[in-house]
Amino acid sequence: MKLLNKSIKYLSVSILGIVTIWAVVFYVNMLKEIKSSIDEGLENYKRLIIKNAIKDPSILNKQYFDESFFTIHKIDEQLALSIKDRYVDTILLMQDADDIAPEPEPVRMLITAFKINGQYYQLKVANSMVEEDDLIRELLLDVIWLYIILIIGIVFINNIVLKRLWKPFYDLLNQIKKFHLGKTQKIPETKTNVKEFTDLQKAVNTLLAHNINVFEQQKEFIGNTSHELQTPLAIATNKLELLLEQGNFNSMDAENITEVYQVIQRLVRLNKSLLLLTKIENKQFLDNKTISINEIVKQCLHDLEDIIAFKNINIIVENKFDLKVNMDTSLASIMISNLIKNATFHNIENGKMEIIISDNFLEINNTGDIEKLDEKLIFTRFYKSNSKSSTGLGLTITKAIASLYAISLSYNYKQTLHCFKVDFSQKNN
Amino acid sequence: MKILIIEDEQQLLYNIKQSLEKEKFLVETASDYYTAVEKAFVYDYDCILLDIMLPQGSGLDILKELKKANKSENVIIISAKDSLDDKLKGLELGADDYLTKPFHLAELNARIKAVIRRKELNGKSDIELGNTTLAINERQFFVNNNLVTLNRKEFDILNYFMLNKNRLVTKNALAEHVWGDNTDQADNLDFVYYQIKNLRKKLLASKATFEIESIYGVGYKLVLK
Repeated sequence: MKLLNKSIKYLSVSILGIVTIWAVVFYVNMLKEIKSSIDEGLENYKRLIIKNAIKDPSILNKQYFDESFFTIHKIDEQLALSIKDRYVDTILLMQDADDIAPEPEPVRMLITAFKINGQYYQLKVANSMVEEDDLIRELLLDVIWLYIILIIGIVFINNIVLKRLWKPFYDLLNQIKKFHLGKTQKIPETKTNVKEFTDLQKAVNTLLAHNINVFEQQKEFIGNTSHELQTPLAIATNKLELLLEQGNFNSMDAENITEVYQVIQRLVRLNKSLLLLTKIENKQFLDNKTISINEIVKQCLHDLEDIIAFKNINIIVENKFDLKVNMDTSLASIMISNLIKNATFHNIENGKMEIIISDNFLEINNTGDIEKLDEKLIFTRFYKSNSKSSTGLGLTITKAIASLYAISLSYNYKQTLHCFKVDFSQKNN
Repeated sequence: MKILIIEDEQQLLYNIKQSLEKEKFLVETASDYYTAVEKAFVYDYDCILLDIMLPQGSGLDILKELKKANKSENVIIISAKDSLDDKLKGLELGADDYLTKPFHLAELNARIKAVIRRKELNGKSDIELGNTTLAINERQFFVNNNLVTLNRKEFDILNYFMLNKNRLVTKNALAEHVWGDNTDQADNLDFVYYQIKNLRKKLLASKATFEIESIYGVGYKLVLK
C-alpha cells in the first residue's frame, strides 16, 4: 500500500472519530444554549403576566393554554410555598402551517407560583421549542457532509501537495532501483531542501560508496586469488608431469603420484569453476546479443559427441521452435553446456537424453540414478550426488547465470527421468 | 632453437626450463622486468614465453617494446589472469598465443612448436617422424607415403603426440587439448582411451615405426620403435 493511501486511511478513520465527538459536544452545547435563551424569555413573560394580573385580575381565571400560552390556577398556601421556579420539557398540542391537525410538539414550560391579594396562584408559561429529533437529523446530515468534504479535501491535498512534496523521494528511489553495482557510474542524487530527504540521500550514498568500494576490492581479490592459486597449481602440475616422465619407480609409487596428480587436476578445475562463478555473480560478463538456443544445444552436443558415443547415450532432440533469447553468448553456452554435460556425465551406460526446445523453454530429460535428487540442494555450491571427482559447481554456475537473466530453472524427477527445465518466459516479457 | 622464459616464479621457471631442455632447446631465463628487457633485445629468440605480472613492471610493457622492434610475433603470453580483456590486449600487441596458468607441459610444447613452425617453415607445415608424415594443413597422415585415414579426433591426438614425441602426455592434457573445456566435469577419462585404442590399431595396421605407450595409467608417450 502506498504511503499516500495509507495516510488517507488513517486520517479518514481519525477524522471520523473527531467529527463524531465534535458533533455530540456541539449538539449538547447548542441545546443548552437554546434552552437557556428560551428560559430567559419565559422568565420575562412570567414577570409581564404577573404585572398584568395585578392591573387586570380577570386573567387570573385563565385555566387553559390558548393563544397566549399560559395558565393560572389557584392553589393553597402550603403548595405555593413549596413551588420553586421550575423549567420543564413537555409536550403540547400545536398546529403549524404544514400540519393538518394539532400535533404534540415539544415545549419549554416554566412552572412558578405567585401571590396577589393574599391569594396564591400557580402559573405555567410555555414556549415552543426546537424539535430535538429534527435537530439531531439536521446535525447528522451536516456532519456527514462535513466528513465527506474533509475527506475529499484531504485526498486532494494528499494527491497534489504530498505528491509534490514526496517527488524527490520517488526520484531518489527510482535511481536506487536502477542502480547496478559495477555498472552504474552515477550516484543517485535528487534536488531537495527537505532535511529528511537529504539525510536519506546522504545515508544511501554512504552505503553505496561503501558497497562500490567492497565491490572493487572483491574484483581485485578475484584477480589476486586467480594469480595466487593458479601459479602454485601450475608448479605442482608441471613438477608431477616431469616426475612421472622420469619414470623408474615401482608401480605403487607411480599409483600414488598419479593420484596426487589427479587431485591437483581436480583442484585446478575447482579453482577455475569458483573464479567463473564469482565473475558471473559479480556480473562481469554482460555482452548481450540475440542468440539461438537451438544452435547452442547443437554445438554442445557436437562438442560432447565422443563422450556421448562412449557411454552410448541415445540422444533425442525435439526442436519445436526456434528459441531466440537476448543473452551473453559465452554465458548462454556455459549455462546450457553445463546442463548437457550434467545429463551426460551422470547418465548411465546405454542411457537416454531427451532435449526439447519449445517457444519459451528448454527441457533436458535424462536417465541416471534411480533416485530423485534433492531439488533444494542441487543448485547449491558443492552439492554432489555420487560422483567423486566432479567439482559440485556445474549446476551452481548454471543457476547463477539463470538468476542473472531472470530465467527460471527447475528440477523434476518423473518416471526414471531427471528433468531440468530452463524457462525463459519471464525473461522475454 | 633459442627460447627466452620471462617468469618471476622460480619453481615454475625451473619446470619450464627443464621441460624445454628435454626438447633440445637452448633456454635463457629472466625473472624480473629489467633482466627481461635486457635479454629480449640483446639476442634474437625463436620464441619468448612472457609472464604478464612481473616485479618492477608489466609484461605487457615489454610486449609493447617488442612490437615496436617488430619482435612480438613469436611471443607466447603465460598468465594467471584468465580474463578476456587481457587476452585481447596481449594478442592486439602482437603476441602469437596466450596460455593461462596452470597449463600442462605438453600443451606448452605444442604451442611453442606451433609458433616456431609458423616462423621457420613459411607455410610448409609437415611433421616427419620415422616413416610417417603428418600434413597439418591438409590434415592427412602418410605412412611410407601411403595415406592412412584418420578421423578428426584421431588426427588431433596424433598431431599432439608428434609435437610431444618421447614426452609424457597425460590424459588430462590430451583431453583438454582435443576435447576442450567439455571434459571438465567428466568423472573418468575413459573416452580418451577409446580413441587411443583405435589410433593404435591404425598405426599397427599401417606399419608405422612408432607406437603410443601407456605410462602408469596417467598418460601416454609416443616412442620410435
